Amino acid sequence: MQLQVDKVTLSFGGVQALSQVSLEVDRGELVSVIGPNGAGKTSLLNCISGFYHPSSGRIVFEGHDLTHAPPHLVTRYGIARAFQNIELFTGMTVLENLMMARHIFGHYNLWDNLWFYGRALRVSVENRRICEEIIDFMELEPYRKTLVGDLPYGVRKRVEVARALALSPKLLLLDEPMAGMTLEEKEDMVRFILDIRAERGTTIVLIEHDLGVVMDISDRVYVLDFGQVIASGLPEEVSQNPRVQEAYVGVEVEHGA
Amino acid sequence: MELVQNLISGVAVGCIYALAALGFVLIYKSSRVINFANGQLIAIGAFLAYALAVWVGLPVLLAMLLAMLLTAGLGFLVERIFLRRLVGQPIISVIMVTIGLASVLDGLMYLTPFGSGNFTFPQFLPPGGLNLGGLSVSYPQLLAIGFTAVFLLIFGWFFQRSVLGIAMRAVADDQMASMSLGVSVEKVFALAWAVAGLAAAAAGIVVGAVSGLNQDGLIAIGLAVFPAVILGGLDSVPGAVVGGIVIGILQSFSTAYLDGLLAQIGLVGGGSQYAVPFLVLLIMLWFKPHGLFGTEEIERV
Repeated sequence: MQLQVDKVTLSFGGVQALSQVSLEVDRGELVSVIGPNGAGKTSLLNCISGFYHPSSGRIVFEGHDLTHAPPHLVTRYGIARAFQNIELFTGMTVLENLMMARHIFGHYNLWDNLWFYGRALRVSVENRRICEEIIDFMELEPYRKTLVGDLPYGVRKRVEVARALALSPKLLLLDEPMAGMTLEEKEDMVRFILDIRAERGTTIVLIEHDLGVVMDISDRVYVLDFGQVIASGLPEEVSQNPRVQEAYVGVEVEHGA
Repeated sequence: MELVQNLISGVAVGCIYALAALGFVLIYKSSRVINFANGQLIAIGAFLAYALAVWVGLPVLLAMLLAMLLTAGLGFLVERIFLRRLVGQPIISVIMVTIGLASVLDGLMYLTPFGSGNFTFPQFLPPGGLNLGGLSVSYPQLLAIGFTAVFLLIFGWFFQRSVLGIAMRAVADDQMASMSLGVSVEKVFALAWAVAGLAAAAAGIVVGAVSGLNQDGLIAIGLAVFPAVILGGLDSVPGAVVGGIVIGILQSFSTAYLDGLLAQIGLVGGGSQYAVPFLVLLIMLWFKPHGLFGTEEIERV
């Protein structure tokens, strides 16, 4: 068990965003979390990545207790995240965004590295190599030196994933990496996600709305509704579950989707 | 020739504003906090330097260096004790805290001998100045310009080259992203306050060397920084420098030319240099509220 979320409850005032949510992810797995808008999917990711702290329950990643860990520590343990509402450094180029991740990540103690010479310089050369490799991998070569602010939405989403990869994570959290994309962009992103897992062995937790994609690529699926896990298991099991059809698929069908 | 002379003295004064603005901008840039206690940090820095040099008897330059470090420590403590708890609170609460802090620090300074009276640093610069083909630049003016230049070089290096500086830039650009990349935002805020203390003390020391130490006069520099940062853009470090120097030049020209013109229409009081910067501030807010180099925030509704 690489990641274990154990009966996590998160409340804001009187509202329970998550209640007694448990989730387990094994090393190398691709696990998806689905559910209608407002079901608590992003809240769950926020709890894992340390932006929110659960009011009760426990989150453990490779023996580290994440329950009350701040985001920067969670990153150090090997968890990276791509945000739903792209959080890139818009005034920097694609390469600089990736380098920023390596830069900060490479030095456990920031105070150690006020000097940028000698060892730090060698580390920097290595960082550059890793970033270039990720740029190749994510097929971002044409945009290496383009300011992120000037890139189209679909490419930004890809940069967001690339920057998370630059942290060399053991677990990658993807929050709707395909939202708002064209069909072609979506297919590319699916291919990237599968490649990330196949070539790097990275564990992936994916939040996604596109049921077709989720059912195709996930090892296991969790379904959230009103902050609770209403179903979990293999994709085919989950899609047969009547509660899921009612809560999720049913709504979709009603709207003619 | 007279014009150039006025330009030089304007640049010298402007350099002081630039130094004072630097810390202000740094805090705003990283944490969106407007620090109304900047003037007090300036005064405390200058007084510490005086106290260490005259009362303790350290060599003047060592005393100044030490005062800058101590004021940096004070900035760090202020962040740790007062502002850390306010992360995520409404901006108005945070502003009220810095205003309250300004009053408290003011009060504390009034308790010391510095609260009343004027002090001057022991002579550490040779008297007079340089004479460059008819233009004279006094040593305190040179000090102001030189000090600022050195400070900016160190700053530039720090932001471009050191990991900590890069982390600060990251936090200024996008807090969420920085956190997810492993930056401790709290550490960055504390550092911003420490560096702001350092820059404030540097400004205070230069003011002290140029025109003597007086509590009200030093605190007023904190206020004079506002037109400079509004002009340059609240979140731009180069903007702080340009804004500071422009305001300094405007003040120098106001004294040299505008006062005379106003006297001809019967306004003989002089002192237009105190009004002109704030006139610039108002005009900037009308036409370019984000300043010359500031980030325009576009929000989708």
